[in-house]
Amino acid sequence: MGPISATFSRLYGPRGWLVLGAVGAALFIVIPVFALAVPPGSAFHVSQYWVTLIGKIMCYAIVALAMDLIWGYAGILSLGHGLFFALGGYAMGMHLMRQIGREGQYQADLPDFMVFLDWKELPWHWSGSDQFWWAMLLVVAVPGLLAYVFGYFAFRSRVKGVYFSIITQALTFAAMLLFFRNETGFGGNNGFTDFKRILGFPIATPETRVALFAITGAMLIGTLLLGRYLVTSRFGRVLAAIRDAEQRVMFCGYNPVHYKLAVWTASAVLCGIAGALYVPQVGIINPSEMSPANSIEIAIWVAVGGRGTLAGAAVGAGLVNGAKSFFTQAFPEYWLFFLGLLFILVTLFMPNGVVGLADRLRGARRA
Amino acid sequence: MNGVALHTGSGLAAGEAALGRVASGGLDTAHGVVLYLEDISVSFDGFKALDRLSLAIDVGELRCVIGPNGAGKTTMMDVITGKTRPDAGKAFFGQTIDLARMSEAEIAQAGIGRKFQKPTIFERHTVFENLELAMKADKRVRSTLFARLASAERDRIADMLERIRLTDAADRTAGLLSHGQKQWLEIGMLLMQEPRLLLLDEPVAGMSDEETERTAELFLSLAGKHSLVVVEHDMQFIARIARTVTVLHEGAVIAEGPMGEVQNDRRVIEVYLGR
Repeated sequence: MGPISATFSRLYGPRGWLVLGAVGAALFIVIPVFALAVPPGSAFHVSQYWVTLIGKIMCYAIVALAMDLIWGYAGILSLGHGLFFALGGYAMGMHLMRQIGREGQYQADLPDFMVFLDWKELPWHWSGSDQFWWAMLLVVAVPGLLAYVFGYFAFRSRVKGVYFSIITQALTFAAMLLFFRNETGFGGNNGFTDFKRILGFPIATPETRVALFAITGAMLIGTLLLGRYLVTSRFGRVLAAIRDAEQRVMFCGYNPVHYKLAVWTASAVLCGIAGALYVPQVGIINPSEMSPANSIEIAIWVAVGGRGTLAGAAVGAGLVNGAKSFFTQAFPEYWLFFLGLLFILVTLFMPNGVVGLADRLRGARRA
Repeated sequence: MNGVALHTGSGLAAGEAALGRVASGGLDTAHGVVLYLEDISVSFDGFKALDRLSLAIDVGELRCVIGPNGAGKTTMMDVITGKTRPDAGKAFFGQTIDLARMSEAEIAQAGIGRKFQKPTIFERHTVFENLELAMKADKRVRSTLFARLASAERDRIADMLERIRLTDAADRTAGLLSHGQKQWLEIGMLLMQEPRLLLLDEPVAGMSDEETERTAELFLSLAGKHSLVVVEHDMQFIARIARTVTVLHEGAVIAEGPMGEVQNDRRVIEVYLGR
């Protein structure tokens, strides 16, 4: 076994790899086949609705993993992670707007909302957005750079705990207000929508949808493995040590600022990538993604799944969002009540989330 | 007084200390002094925690610092380890390293280890991992991302586990240890850093008599290889290990010398021992 495969095989035990393999098979083989090869009339057909819904939830699961890395392992609670997700989404959205070409309502070279605002040329920050590689660079660099600069000042000034959380919340709120303004050049409160193509492929065909779905699935599994590598490395043990006894870490000769900054920036970049995958599947990005409530919801996914468990965070994102799409259709008025209740119940009775509960039940059965 | 302490360290120990100088990089103890504080003043909201405190610790020395509550013992350690910046005065590690300009992490890497009053270990890590994290190594982010324990490093951790009598507890969560064991684990973590100077704040608090005795033996065996500054309230323990005792009162040194001499000092009796 080479060093890389040896490193990989250590990440999970045989059972973990088996589960991961099964999830991979479902994402890359079963669902694509049932969505594309099985005719719509059949009972086994997976409709576009489900492909999009699961794809969307997988994007959220990536965000939950990113959140768990900083909250569960480094003890940094961000209530502004929706911002990084939205920035990645906007970077992708700009490119998709350019891909519309002259097929918009006004059949102009400029995106529709710019024509509507009577703009004559693209603002400076849109230059290069017609290039896919440039868009991909922005998806990573914008959330990463913002997180790095913000984190540098916050961590260097030793801003911690609830103060840090409140500042992140303020940050995403301020960004939302900025993006709501038409003159910022991001489509105001409507944001971007009516996308037509991605990389030349029509965006709404079943094939494109399944391709986006599979790419998101690969990204999710990749994020899980990356996260698992990080938290099982010495780096991860230092992070957890910072969470539990930061002073001791400093007096051991580690500089906590560098560690926090590294994991914080990585977490923001992962959110940006998730946002970029989300936008072409859902077909819209607007400033409401930056609303404070969205960011708080991310923390709830992780709390429900289980802090500091990675896989649990992804499961939590799936459970809460699954429940959300059920409730918002069946009892639209009650969703927020249910979410609040869920959070209270989890805090009171499942401090370690669903994963903690499962562990406890397993332990009880064995005993 | 410092001369007394130097004579007690053996010639071999002094040689080892000189060798260590090269390894720890940049620590220059050519004049035999490892720590040098001069006229350090620190005040918090007008309260003078340290008032022109001066202190010199020799290479390989074991120094005990005593003083009533609020005398400035912990603040002194805070200044040495970079947690508190002095308002005035100089703090030098060896001849050249200016502690007042360095961060906590930099000071730790330069070779000063600190044990807190309340044992601070990584409670949710295993005993083994506690020692692993403390071990002297490249402590930058990039190297911890790819760090693998070499067998020599495993051996060092195993040796330390043996030394602090926690071999059987290596895989236990550190939070489950007894108080005395936690104290020992913290001392073990300090030693894994291979510091030149150890600052120990009440190291035997909460220990049984037997543990205290073993700790005294450990410290006596460390002196010579390392320099130690021990702050303690347990006078029996001080009497057991002390060569030179420094007495602090209201942020300044009021007496310094061998235990017997200090104990009979009129001012010391007044402020501390006589009460």
